[in-house]
Amino acid sequence: MNIHEYQARDLLAASGVAIPRGAVAKTPEEAESIARSLPCNSFVVKAQVHAGGRGKGHFTDGYKSGVHLVKTPHQVRDVAKHMIGNTLVTHQTGPEGKPVHAVLVGESTEIARELYLAIVLDRNSGCPVIVASQQGGVEIEAVAEKSPEAILREVIHPGLGLQPYQARKVSIFLGFPSTGLRAPCRLLHAAYKLFIEKDCSQVEINPLAVTKGGDVVALDAKLNFDDNALFRHKEIQDLQDPSQEDPRDLAAAEHHLNYIGLEGNIGCMVNGAGLAMATLDLIQAAGGKPANFLDVGGGASEQMITAAFRLLQADTSVKAVFVNIFGGILKCDLLAQGMIAACKSNPPRVPIIVRLQGTNVEQGRKLLKESGLPLIPAEGLMEGAEKAVAAATGKKGK
Amino acid sequence: MSVLVDANTRLLVQGITGKSGSFHASACKEYGTQVVAGVTPARGGEKFEDTVPIFDTVSEAVAATRANASMIFVPPEFAGDAILEAADAGIQLIVAITEGIPVMDMMRVRHALAERSCVLIGPNCPGIITPGACKIGIMPGYIHRPGHVGVVSRSGTLTYEAVWQITSQGLGQSTCIGVGGDPIHGLTLQKAVEYLHADPDTKAIVMIGEIGGSEEEEAAEYIRARVKKPVVSFIAGATAPPGRRMGHAGAIISGGQGTAQAKIEALQKAGVRMAKNLGEIGHEVAAALGK
Repeated sequence: MNIHEYQARDLLAASGVAIPRGAVAKTPEEAESIARSLPCNSFVVKAQVHAGGRGKGHFTDGYKSGVHLVKTPHQVRDVAKHMIGNTLVTHQTGPEGKPVHAVLVGESTEIARELYLAIVLDRNSGCPVIVASQQGGVEIEAVAEKSPEAILREVIHPGLGLQPYQARKVSIFLGFPSTGLRAPCRLLHAAYKLFIEKDCSQVEINPLAVTKGGDVVALDAKLNFDDNALFRHKEIQDLQDPSQEDPRDLAAAEHHLNYIGLEGNIGCMVNGAGLAMATLDLIQAAGGKPANFLDVGGGASEQMITAAFRLLQADTSVKAVFVNIFGGILKCDLLAQGMIAACKSNPPRVPIIVRLQGTNVEQGRKLLKESGLPLIPAEGLMEGAEKAVAAATGKKGK
Repeated sequence: MSVLVDANTRLLVQGITGKSGSFHASACKEYGTQVVAGVTPARGGEKFEDTVPIFDTVSEAVAATRANASMIFVPPEFAGDAILEAADAGIQLIVAITEGIPVMDMMRVRHALAERSCVLIGPNCPGIITPGACKIGIMPGYIHRPGHVGVVSRSGTLTYEAVWQITSQGLGQSTCIGVGGDPIHGLTLQKAVEYLHADPDTKAIVMIGEIGGSEEEEAAEYIRARVKKPVVSFIAGATAPPGRRMGHAGAIISGGQGTAQAKIEALQKAGVRMAKNLGEIGHEVAAALGK
């Protein structure tokens, strides 16, 4: 799960990580009054969306950049007025962009050095790892590629937690003088505590700034949370912002379907994550583009199948649907019943290709055939994908 | 011979009174697995299907029934604790089916288990089966057939697809292991390949991977250096968009790491036969065995 920058700032501050002064505004007036309350003569106004690359982004009405630096509270208000209610497009949002409902107004900080700091989970060791670099303010992947020696990875023992010597080691690597380790060490411990206590999958502070005054502050931060642990963090669940999510994803989540919207025109309905992924591969190998990843799960109920089917039907970009099921726990006849129910209440507007295999496959195929629905059967995996591609492009399948 | 489980395996089921737990305990029993005990706290003294005794704790169950393997269906909030309880009671093979366990919980569990000799399979996995002898998990039993192809996979339904294709070729399986789709789990692909390679009854190995992490690359290195048996592989997610979690918590390309392309290249370098698409696994296995 993702949250906004201003929410991440609040969580970091509550854990004891220093952040620049500022606050979130939902109206231009609020933005101006926040600016007036800040004791500084230069301000930064940042559009709040769930995406990176805001500075280089643009709004759908042509207004440039989601991050502005201005001199007066009046200008803060002007910028906020342009941003709030507008839609920001960045390299991470897709061409449709994300709506801006709030801006962060902050003091502009005079920076001496920009550093990089993150805590993530290292899959190989099964431990949290601190990733640090003196080359902050740029994407860490770029640093990793050009100069891997500029990155320190410090593995933390999950039972022991971050040890003081490790915090000192990271701080020294980040270029702090041995007489000035207290502030960075305190920040590291605070960030680690946040990572563990809130079940984060990532705490990324980029840049971590050393100000001209010598303070160590988190200038921008990105927090991600482990979806599996949200049940024990009501306070994090409450930070969810549905306006930042793909509406198709939201509808799917309501029915506990595992769904990811993609850009193509072939809708997929598959059981099992691995098979769903392999089905996307098959469609692309056959020359088509999938509209989505959709895993109805191993033990899907008839209601879930019906909901999944409605979701695909409602997506106007979908020109054909490929149903690929290997019946294990999910029996093929049950799947067929769900599909028939869904088609009866919501007649299909696009061709549907069905490939069934596994438990009760004969009964399932028979039910579908006798239903009188215009379904295109396929036995082989590649055969199904090819038929789906042909149907989506309007060509007659074999 | 087989790997990890056979007709002598004595299974207990943690969470046997829940909906999935009871359904699959029943299915395993029907398949022929010796289901000797169930564990559900506060339900001790009851019986499952009038025959299998239920205990409050794993250690009581082990003392009374000599169970040596456990299958876990406990809900995600309590599953980490259930794994630790099984390990503490001396269970040697723990198969965690539960999906959705918090990563932090699994991180602690993995470290606690590092000091023990037990094997954890999963979580978020279909389980393990030695066809005709013992099924511990949620896989449909009837698609399997006793034989000599060992299968290991990170995905449930892809394992079923592969097994079905192998069976349809007139071949069978020695043991099939699903290691699970979570980023932090027990048995790795490499370790599973090691077991299958050491098993005299396994003549060929099928390894099914997917995007995310680097277990396929590590297994490839082991195969290159050590494995003499033919290995067939398939990697799912060649066309998955980076940064999106593809159903499994562990199936994500992040920071350019964990791509299907890198895994396929590593496996090809190790002399592994790659199935061009999912539908080709059965044919590749048959070809590898000269059938």
